Amino acid sequence: MRRADCLELIYPEIEDKLVVTIMGACAQELYDLGHRENFFYLQHAMGLASSIGLGLANHLPHEKVIVLDGDGSTLMNLGTFTTLARYRPRNLLHIIFDNGSLLSTGGFESHTTSGVTDLAAIARGAGIEHAVAVDSPMAFGEAFVEAMERDDLGVIVARVDAVGPDNYGMDFALPENAFRFKRCVQQRRAATGWTPPLQPGHASGA
Amino acid sequence: MVFTGCRVAQPVRRFGTAGRRACGIARPEPSTHPSRMTVSYENSKAVFDGIKAAGIRSISALPETWLGLLLQRAEDDPEVDLIQVAKEEEAVGIAAGAYFAGEPHILLMQNHGFFGAMNGIISLAQLYSVPLCMLIAVRGHWGEPYPWHTRGGIVTEGLLQALNIPYHHARDPALVAKEIAEAYTLSQSSLSPVALLLTRDLMEV
Repeated sequence: MRRADCLELIYPEIEDKLVVTIMGACAQELYDLGHRENFFYLQHAMGLASSIGLGLANHLPHEKVIVLDGDGSTLMNLGTFTTLARYRPRNLLHIIFDNGSLLSTGGFESHTTSGVTDLAAIARGAGIEHAVAVDSPMAFGEAFVEAMERDDLGVIVARVDAVGPDNYGMDFALPENAFRFKRCVQQRRAATGWTPPLQPGHASGA
Repeated sequence: MVFTGCRVAQPVRRFGTAGRRACGIARPEPSTHPSRMTVSYENSKAVFDGIKAAGIRSISALPETWLGLLLQRAEDDPEVDLIQVAKEEEAVGIAAGAYFAGEPHILLMQNHGFFGAMNGIISLAQLYSVPLCMLIAVRGHWGEPYPWHTRGGIVTEGLLQALNIPYHHARDPALVAKEIAEAYTLSQSSLSPVALLLTRDLMEV
């Protein structure tokens, strides 16, 4: 199973959701399917995509937040499972594409390569009730649909091949992605009747 | 062989009266002995009140002794949304999420937690121009009796300077609310991490 195929499968469902991806291949494959202003690509700071997702989900109960993570990034922040379990944001779905490889940094084997380490079991052990591992497009699709219908925190670990796109590149700078993502999130929040706080300087015009 | 038992300390509620006594942050009983540090109840309240006066209701933190009373207040306050993390770097991600959501947010950590959060501070906050308002308890500096804190206390300011993070020492409870508001304002206007350093003068009695 290829990650790109999984992303293509769920793209119609996630294109209007708040999506946070990790760096490299995962970000590029989503971008190549069609960028949306509600997508944020964390091109560094490995491990923190799920933490960003928690910060979003916690303050935006009307939104569904999708985190697209990888095995290498997740292994750098295993504590995130325990924090997610403790605060249990019901509107967060944490998808981990486990390719057993640090693909974007040279393809070195990760700790999950051998299959000995089970990320879904780690998530369950951390206290996340709905954590499943899948290794076929059909099982992935079913797990995704179930997670979207369920009003609860979910983790899906999808075993995928260690392959990525041939070309990399996006037509905006990293901070621009952050600015546009923030504006998009706030516009959607404003539609619920919420008023964004004024930025410093704007009130006085100084 | 059957394991029949061992001496196990009775668990105490961390910041209940017994817990406070157990971990040396009882009120009031200020101590003069350097190894019997006592966290200031009044000044912890001043910091907490300052956070709320700045309009901040969202906090991420990792508990540490100087922050204990402060975090207990945050936990007990129904208006405040507190997320305790397993490691401080997570809080950088959570802060970014709160920022994108438009929610004023503050991070509470010890200086050693700041060290552990550094890649997130550089490669998320600074790389993407995401503001962070960090309140950092500076352990291991002037007057520090505990050897294990000292190496971190000695290098904290140098690391903040290396990262171009503006910082200011909070020493006076009468000023700390203003200093928190100023730190938050600068983080938002500069779109960058800002550190307000909570000192021994402020946090201990």
